[in-house]
Amino acid sequence: MARRQVNPTRMELTSQKKKLATARRGHKLLKDKRDELMRQFLILAKENMSLREEMENRLTVCAKNFALARASMPSPVLDTGLLITGQEIGVNVGAKNIMGVTTPTLNVKMKSANSADIYPYGLCFTSGDLDIAVKSLSDTLPVMLKLAETEKTARLMSAEIEKTRRRVNALEYTVIPEITETIKYISMKLDENERSNQIRLMKVKDMMLEQARGYEAVNA
Amino acid sequence: MSRIAVMGDRESVYGFAAVGLDVIPVQENDEAGRLLRKLAESDYAIIYMTERVYHYLHNEIAKYEDALTPAIVPIPGVSGTSGLGVAMIKKSVERAIGSDILFGGKSNA
Repeated sequence: MARRQVNPTRMELTSQKKKLATARRGHKLLKDKRDELMRQFLILAKENMSLREEMENRLTVCAKNFALARASMPSPVLDTGLLITGQEIGVNVGAKNIMGVTTPTLNVKMKSANSADIYPYGLCFTSGDLDIAVKSLSDTLPVMLKLAETEKTARLMSAEIEKTRRRVNALEYTVIPEITETIKYISMKLDENERSNQIRLMKVKDMMLEQARGYEAVNA
Repeated sequence: MSRIAVMGDRESVYGFAAVGLDVIPVQENDEAGRLLRKLAESDYAIIYMTERVYHYLHNEIAKYEDALTPAIVPIPGVSGTSGLGVAMIKKSVERAIGSDILFGGKSNA
């Protein structure tokens, strides 16, 4: 593992040690965040899958019902029948925070509380098949709305998990080993300097002793 | 108060008008992309889209992936489902976890 380009000084050693402590702490926190996000995401993904399957099955049935309705009455009558809408839907968008991920909450408001308002046409010229088709679609709507919220949340969370996972891995496999290596390098270098200093002093002492002995020999 | 739109071929989406959604019939052409941008800029919280249009517009849709709204949700058209929606859930699980450990065993996609 490559070490960082630093001056091998005591001051640098202290600052690298501080960095290592921060990196370790960040790594632990991010790992916890990732695990918790993952847990919540898995629950959400399962729910998302079952909702989607339910919606797809229901919508396929709806499509069949509408095909039947279209077959049993003249096309223009059906088209004009659906032209005017009695029901209107509004959504209140809120935001929820899941482990630092902002996710939407969608609160649906029907404009008209009367459930019969989904039939905006006169019952006189339209066939009963159309009523069945519209009813089946209206029954599917809550599933579709729940799915929209769940799916969006799941997608936002998966992006966040990916980001967190990358950070955890970068810390674990690059940053922390790099700093450890740097600390090792600095302390070895410092030790080396220490030893070389020691030896130099010993040598100097020897030389001085030698000299002193020389003087003694001359003076004697 | 935000609204909900349904985009797709006329056959697949006309029924949604009755239950109060805004129906926007589109073909798979440049017009669809322009309409999507217009919808996303105005106050639409959810945009349902038939799988074929979704597939055609996936480059445009990617721009709204990280935004809070609109939530763009693929729905099956009259011709039934192509498995796009399920495949997308699997992809997001794969993106988050690294491999599809949840639905890997299911073969219905």
